[in-house]
Amino acid sequence: MPVTFSSREIAPEEERCSRGISVAIRNVSIAFAGRTVLENFDVEISAGEFVAIVGRSGCGKSTLLRSVVGLEKPQSGSISLGKVAGQNGRPDVRVMFQDSRLLPWRRVLPNVMLGLEPALIPQARKVLAQVGLAERAHDWPATLSGGQRQRVALARALVHDPNLLLLDEPLGSLDALTRIEMQQLIEDVWRSRGFTAMLVTHDVAEAVSLADRVILIEGGRVALDEVVNIPRPRTRGSARFAALEERILGRVLQRRLPVEGQW
Amino acid sequence: MNQRQTNRASKPRLRPGILGKQALPWVVPILLLIVWQWASSAGILPSRFLPSPRAVVSSFIELSASGELWMHVRVSTLRALSGFVVGGGIGLLLGLLTASMHWAEVLLDTTIQMVRNIPPLALIPLVILWFGIDESAKLFLVALGVFFPVYINTFHGIRSVDRGLLEMGRTYGLSGWLLYREIILPGALPSILVGVRFSLGLMWVILIVAETISARSGIGYMTMNAREFMQTDVMVVGILLYAILGKLADLLAKGLERYCLRWNPAYQAAQ
Repeated sequence: MPVTFSSREIAPEEERCSRGISVAIRNVSIAFAGRTVLENFDVEISAGEFVAIVGRSGCGKSTLLRSVVGLEKPQSGSISLGKVAGQNGRPDVRVMFQDSRLLPWRRVLPNVMLGLEPALIPQARKVLAQVGLAERAHDWPATLSGGQRQRVALARALVHDPNLLLLDEPLGSLDALTRIEMQQLIEDVWRSRGFTAMLVTHDVAEAVSLADRVILIEGGRVALDEVVNIPRPRTRGSARFAALEERILGRVLQRRLPVEGQW
Repeated sequence: MNQRQTNRASKPRLRPGILGKQALPWVVPILLLIVWQWASSAGILPSRFLPSPRAVVSSFIELSASGELWMHVRVSTLRALSGFVVGGGIGLLLGLLTASMHWAEVLLDTTIQMVRNIPPLALIPLVILWFGIDESAKLFLVALGVFFPVYINTFHGIRSVDRGLLEMGRTYGLSGWLLYREIILPGALPSILVGVRFSLGLMWVILIVAETISARSGIGYMTMNAREFMQTDVMVVGILLYAILGKLADLLAKGLERYCLRWNPAYQAAQ
């Protein structure tokens, strides 16, 4: 079903940055059972930025995301999130996982309401309508398709109005068409709300179409940090898009880098 | 909600095919009954060994008219259920405890696994010595037998709760009781209900034996008492009563599963 947003045009710059927070990852090292996953990893993300993290399987990109939300503890280094006004200065961080992780024993609306006061039901309904699933509020998650489940998961994250949204390959298991639809939805929501977004993905095209910046992790370090200078909305067919995608993909696959400034 | 109701309304409940399907499970029991009655009437089956179905029915009517039957049924059911509540309750609580707290598992699990291997019925001589043939003896035996299936399945259920959901819950700020109520308990429920269903069956088995060996009332007592007077019809009534009560307990467990796990497509399809 089509998902439409009132604010398709770019919001004013200062307004867009209101929700987002900065993320500073400094010198972070993480090892599992002696195997180093991240080593002295350094990345700064500014407020409201959309950063995509790409890399081969097992390169530590998911671990990085998980350490930002506190699911993994770095052995050394620090991860600091920007402060926000109110909430004791604690920013609201939400995660979308590869699988939707909906509670199968709760209907759709209660899933979106997870951890919220019942007074916020209207809010939850609104967000559910935003992701195009208003009429499925009382269905069991088992009756939804994979794409619909991820939309509910997105709604569940958005209802908290997060300052930072972490996306751990949330579209990895969706079919190509649903994927494009979901990418559109995520970009629209990000543009209208202005949170900071970190997207882990295998798909370089997805990274290029969504992110302000693409970071490639290799051997536990930043191997490439590329700003995507293509104006939004981006079209996949455009020459600049294709060139950048090719460049990053080539680097991921360890091909020789083309000369700087090709596009 | 709307959608579900229309679904239910549009489901044709009484098509001949469905009726046939519902009658099918009863073909064999009814056939057996007919053969049994025929064998009794023909004198092939002496009533000393097995009374005819007609004699069983008339005995049933007689016993229930005098109220004796219902008294025994009430006593037995009360015993079974109170034993189930006590044993199942303790099993549930201990299962929750040992599965959630590491120290509790280390402290208790080895002991419980050892005791588990003793058949509850092996304790009957000791139990008679401790409690006599009072209510408490039956309660103890049933509770003990019911305890283990509930305990083990609760433990297993909690341990096998989807880690991904737990992780998700924590990132959504759930902890302590809230995490328990929203994720751990519902996640363990399918397994807990397997334990409950298993226990309900075991509950009757243990009670039958306990009542047969030592009791002054209850279905088992009625059956054993009838043996002294060679009342085979009463004995068969008692045995059939156990079958019916066992089936009722199973229906209860199934209904519980169907209601509690209605979110799970596996249990919806089972309808």
